[in-house]
Amino acid sequence: MAAIDPEAIVGSRITNQSLSRWLHSLPGVDKVGLEAKALSLSTRSIKTTSKAWALDMAIKMMDLTTLEGADTKERVRSLCLKAATPDPMDLTTPQPAAICVYGDMVAHAKEALGKNKIYVAAVATAFPSGRASLQVKLADTRDAVKAGADEIDMVIDRGAFLSGNYLEVYKQIVAVKEVCQRKNGNHAHLKVILETGELETYDNIRRASYLAMLAGADFIKTSTGKVSVNATLPITMLMLQAVKDWYDQTKIQIGVKPAGGIRTSKDAIKYLVVVKETAGEKWLTPKYFRFGASSLLNDVLMQRQKLTTGNYSGRDYVSVD
Amino acid sequence: MFDYAPAPESRDLVKFQESYGHFIGGKFTKPSNTYGTINPATEQTLAQISHGTAKDVDAAVKAARSAYEKTWSKLDGATRGKYLYRIARIIQERSRELAVAETLNNGKPIKETRDADIPLAASWFFYYAGWADKLDYAGLGANPMAHGVAAQVVPWNFPLMMLAWKIAPALAAGNTVVLKPAETTPLSALLFAEICQQAELPEGVVNIVTGFGDTGAALIDHGDINKVAFTGSTNVGRIIAKQIAGTNKKATLELGGKAANIVFEDAALDQAVEGIVNGIFFNQGHVCCAGSRLLVQESVQDVLIKKLKARMENIRLGDPMDKNTDIGAINSKAQLTKIDRLVKQGVKEGGERWAPACAMPKNGFWFAPTIITGVAPTNTVAREEIFGPVLSVMTFRTPAEAVAKANNSQYGLSAGVWTEKGSRILKMADQLNAGVVWANTYNQFDPASPFGGFKESGYGREGGRHGLLSYLKGSN
Repeated sequence: MAAIDPEAIVGSRITNQSLSRWLHSLPGVDKVGLEAKALSLSTRSIKTTSKAWALDMAIKMMDLTTLEGADTKERVRSLCLKAATPDPMDLTTPQPAAICVYGDMVAHAKEALGKNKIYVAAVATAFPSGRASLQVKLADTRDAVKAGADEIDMVIDRGAFLSGNYLEVYKQIVAVKEVCQRKNGNHAHLKVILETGELETYDNIRRASYLAMLAGADFIKTSTGKVSVNATLPITMLMLQAVKDWYDQTKIQIGVKPAGGIRTSKDAIKYLVVVKETAGEKWLTPKYFRFGASSLLNDVLMQRQKLTTGNYSGRDYVSVD
Repeated sequence: MFDYAPAPESRDLVKFQESYGHFIGGKFTKPSNTYGTINPATEQTLAQISHGTAKDVDAAVKAARSAYEKTWSKLDGATRGKYLYRIARIIQERSRELAVAETLNNGKPIKETRDADIPLAASWFFYYAGWADKLDYAGLGANPMAHGVAAQVVPWNFPLMMLAWKIAPALAAGNTVVLKPAETTPLSALLFAEICQQAELPEGVVNIVTGFGDTGAALIDHGDINKVAFTGSTNVGRIIAKQIAGTNKKATLELGGKAANIVFEDAALDQAVEGIVNGIFFNQGHVCCAGSRLLVQESVQDVLIKKLKARMENIRLGDPMDKNTDIGAINSKAQLTKIDRLVKQGVKEGGERWAPACAMPKNGFWFAPTIITGVAPTNTVAREEIFGPVLSVMTFRTPAEAVAKANNSQYGLSAGVWTEKGSRILKMADQLNAGVVWANTYNQFDPASPFGGFKESGYGREGGRHGLLSYLKGSN
């Protein structure tokens, strides 16, 4: 992957002023038009073979998540087993892309997953609020990387962003990205959570997306799942448009991860339609699109069973975790 | 690859009769002098339709006159409203059937008939049903009066919706009507005739005579009609204006357009691209208010055209009955020939033609969504209404130049303005010579909003209180 040169993109030395000027020169977003387009794409009718393809892809793109204060080693292990064999009645069922946990659960998850090709993602940087000093955020990240996390889901400092301190947000992402680097030359993939529900306006979400991409995000992610408004179809479409435009400009492909509130197969398929018709087929891979979800998997499994067996099995035929 | 498997709507939702007569005095006449009406996506014949003669027209006008004098003008407004509500509800109840019928006979995608044509048709009846007992507040003083018998001729691009635009305000105001649908798309009007029977609308209040241009001419010429309402081409509109000159017949004409869709450099570009696509490719561009001239500010031309082309790669052309189809069939061979001729002419005059690769069905009439860039203001495709999925692209540098170029047209029906600057929207709306100006959106219709044009786009308004006034006069 080619490295980006942030100064060349912004067209000047990186200062808060130059970042501000750059971000505010991006085209605005018309709320009504954006939401109408998302609504229109959500009426696509996905049937038979396309539906089967989409359900399998939705599983492959899933970051199966548990982010509760009440999480235990056993619960994480149970989730890992579920990821390894999502549907014991149908062993052709694909595995999700990753397990997403808090940093202290990374080692347990790695152990439980063993040789399965399922990544472990850790939320870090004082998730979900991000209200801690940079040292604490970096220590949090370092711990998770050291424990073997393949992916780091960090949060941006929304307070700094909303008060116009773009440089602070940028610097923190750059610093976290550095900590993601391993001695062997690999690095933990960095997903940057914008917490779109707190940014509120679509213009802010586009700017935050660009700021994260400039700072070296591998993925931009909508939400923590811990605030009242999480992933929505229009927000995800906007972020997909941003990564597409970014790719056209820099040839660097960034992924998108909507998280929180996607619970049904029907919803997941709508997102896949939006991926296809906004960013394009290049993004229809777990490498560049993920769902952050917990209950979604069971609904997809039930729909999948319905499609393969012709019968709807019901909730008691999929495990609760 | 994520291909969408076929998702066809059921053809069996509608059953056409083998042949149809006219709907006169509440009954269907015996089919006579018939011709076949086809599905433009397959060229298969759907039903045999009667080609109306002057005699048929006369019978229909007599039925309308009699209904006007004996029943409709004697009913109070609330009762007329009751019938209109009933029709609106039946349209909703039979919406899937009507959507399929419209798609089969017109060629437009089921997505559009389902989400636009049929719901809008119902909404027009609901809206004017509410006016029926409130005519005193229409602005003409107390007790305004109907004209009498209205002759209405509607086009093929939105057959049922245009019928609703015409019939709903006419009946609410107390007129009775004789309506002629377009020769290529009579089926939804004939299903509407069945709906009138189902709603137990008094006989003769709505009459439908099918046929060609000569049938329409006979209707406009009839000595006992009081009001003419026409939507269609400027050429025919001109003929009608001559025909009724010197008579007492009132007229509203809703004719052609060559709308400018103006994109400023500060516009929300991604949504502007959607608006451009919606403006010109909705309904295969068979829309009188289609945004067929794109005026883009030079500084954003490259990025906008690049985004537009990328967006057009995602347009799905094909079987109109498939729920995922965005662009259906061109309505007739004649229209396809016309589009093709004008596009070739535009290229000859220096335009550069581009269309995404799309597989064309073997039968039926099809035209890929097309943009023509490098179009000079003198180019034929910048001046003539193409009435197809063809966008002519021009540029401007200042707001004044945008206004000058936009207004430099024989038409004046509609325009679009795309900018994030509110004050500029107001200034542009003030300066554009267009009956409708959309800001940061396009092709939005609402029964409460008047619609109509300036210059060769016609006169009179449809929709809203203004649309009602076209069917009323002050009391004597």
